[in-house]
Amino acid sequence: MKSILRLDRRSYKEQKALMGFFYVLPWLLGFIFFFLIPLLSSLRYSLSSVQANSDGLIVHFSGFQNYAEALTVNTEFNRSLADAIMNMVINVPLIVIFSLFLAVLLNQKFIGRSLARSIFFLPVILASGVILSLESTSLIQAVNDQNAGAGAIQGLGTFELEGLMLDAGLSEWVVNYLTSAVSRIYSIVSQSGVQILIFLAGIQTISPQLYEASKMEGATGYEAFWKITFPMVSPLILVNSIYTIIDSFSNNAMTDLIRETGFTQFNFGLSSAMAWLYFAAVALILAVSSYLISKKVFYYD
Amino acid sequence: MHATRLLSLERWKKWIWSFVRLTLIAGLSFVILYPVLQKISTAFKAKSDLYSPIVVWLPENYTLDNFVKAIGIMDYWQALLNTFTLSALTTILTAISCALAGYGFARLKFKGSQLLFAGVILTILVPPITILIPVYLNLKDFSLMGLIPLLTGGKSVNLLNTYWPFILTSATANSLKAGLYIFIFRQFFRGIPKEVEEAAYIDGAGVGKTFYRIMLPNAIPSIVTVLLFSFVWQWNDSFFTTTYLTSSKVMATQLGSLPYNLAILLEDGANSKADPFYLSMVQDTGILLAILPLIIIYLFVQRYFVESIERTGIVG
Repeated sequence: MKSILRLDRRSYKEQKALMGFFYVLPWLLGFIFFFLIPLLSSLRYSLSSVQANSDGLIVHFSGFQNYAEALTVNTEFNRSLADAIMNMVINVPLIVIFSLFLAVLLNQKFIGRSLARSIFFLPVILASGVILSLESTSLIQAVNDQNAGAGAIQGLGTFELEGLMLDAGLSEWVVNYLTSAVSRIYSIVSQSGVQILIFLAGIQTISPQLYEASKMEGATGYEAFWKITFPMVSPLILVNSIYTIIDSFSNNAMTDLIRETGFTQFNFGLSSAMAWLYFAAVALILAVSSYLISKKVFYYD
Repeated sequence: MHATRLLSLERWKKWIWSFVRLTLIAGLSFVILYPVLQKISTAFKAKSDLYSPIVVWLPENYTLDNFVKAIGIMDYWQALLNTFTLSALTTILTAISCALAGYGFARLKFKGSQLLFAGVILTILVPPITILIPVYLNLKDFSLMGLIPLLTGGKSVNLLNTYWPFILTSATANSLKAGLYIFIFRQFFRGIPKEVEEAAYIDGAGVGKTFYRIMLPNAIPSIVTVLLFSFVWQWNDSFFTTTYLTSSKVMATQLGSLPYNLAILLEDGANSKADPFYLSMVQDTGILLAILPLIIIYLFVQRYFVESIERTGIVG
């Protein structure tokens, strides 16, 4: 009885704090059981030699042996990691810039805007998980591209573009980067669904008065973009870059290798060590890129 | 005179920009839709059309043979039912637990809630592969801190090949990409004015009632976003399903093994001499069948986040 009375006498703030804990509790349980403990035991496996037999696991501490093996002995690890990072470095800027551009485009008023938006968000559904991985191996698609002449036309197009830009005096590296982006347009579009959604949401929260005022002062649309839209969505550029980096790291040759080491060769120690090295690489890249971007980010309030 | 010329120049600029925009959007839409159209066209083609030089898009001989084959091999209806059950179950549980956690983090501050939210961010950052093995082993001998062996008499339960891994992780907001959903909900609830909540409290509503009667009805756009994302990503997920559900028939695993099973049916195993193009054709049909339900669902819910994205809570 006494305790119930005490509960009644709690202030609104205390009551909210207590309820807050209960609301977060399911997540907290899951966090401890399905995240924190596994994370720590994965760290432990990575520092041990693990043998599985019918009685369970035998774990022997072995220092950094697994890490050394992953980095120096295993033939695939370094290459896959470098590949994953290279792909990320190439794709992330393209995806972020491209999705910002499209979001601006889709925010303008034109006929068929809803239809265009529905189509541009479609990759969120179509290009995820197993479908994406199967699609990349589709022979039919490859053959049809050839038959329809699409490949030839596209190739020709980028080839001419390349010559044009080289003549214009751009460095070869930039030209190659851009033309390869044009040829990979589908993979870029299909990875930017969520990012377009985020940018579009951000652009719609910018107050229209800013644009009106700038128009009064005689700013062109181009200036309005660089002076208003760009600074206002710059926090979202950070968010989107991080999201894109995480997304590009969630499923690639590297994760396949870690998985195979763990579940086909049953080398849990090595697999965990690889996973931790991978995580360290991802964390490093995230830290560096978010530091670089957040220096440029503009916060309105 | 000068003014009218300027006006017409402006007009020209506007027209040219509209034209450029139309071209870009139409072109990119085509790029996005191309693989789907390609699959639809392939699915209706007969085997002979594959090598016919005059067939590009429209098949010469329409046939439903590919569909029959793909449905038969994938055990489509069973897989559809299983996948739908699994996705719907995890989606609903995830949405509930993430909404609770999101609201807790956004509005019901308590000591250490900032620190716990850092934990949410951590779950987003750590690649799932890093914790896959311990979680797998844990689920294989699931003992819940030694509680279950007490009840069953010294035996832990093997939860693999059941839906329990998915139910447990989604009910505790730790399923696939759940950190992202908590983040979305938190951002959204932070955007609702505090006064609304205080008014509800003055009128005698407790925290629970405020959440249920005031906050949730306001949060429909973000709920739809989370429901759709979670459903779709669970549907297409092959990362967890191939680990936890090795022998159960769900869409992702059935789709993944479709070429192999087809090769077995046609000839004799993976190294068969069956025509790879034909295999690819049936596989494309299978993919089409797998995404068809998603496209139908998308048609119904797309208006929620096509026209009211600013209220989905992604940005707050």
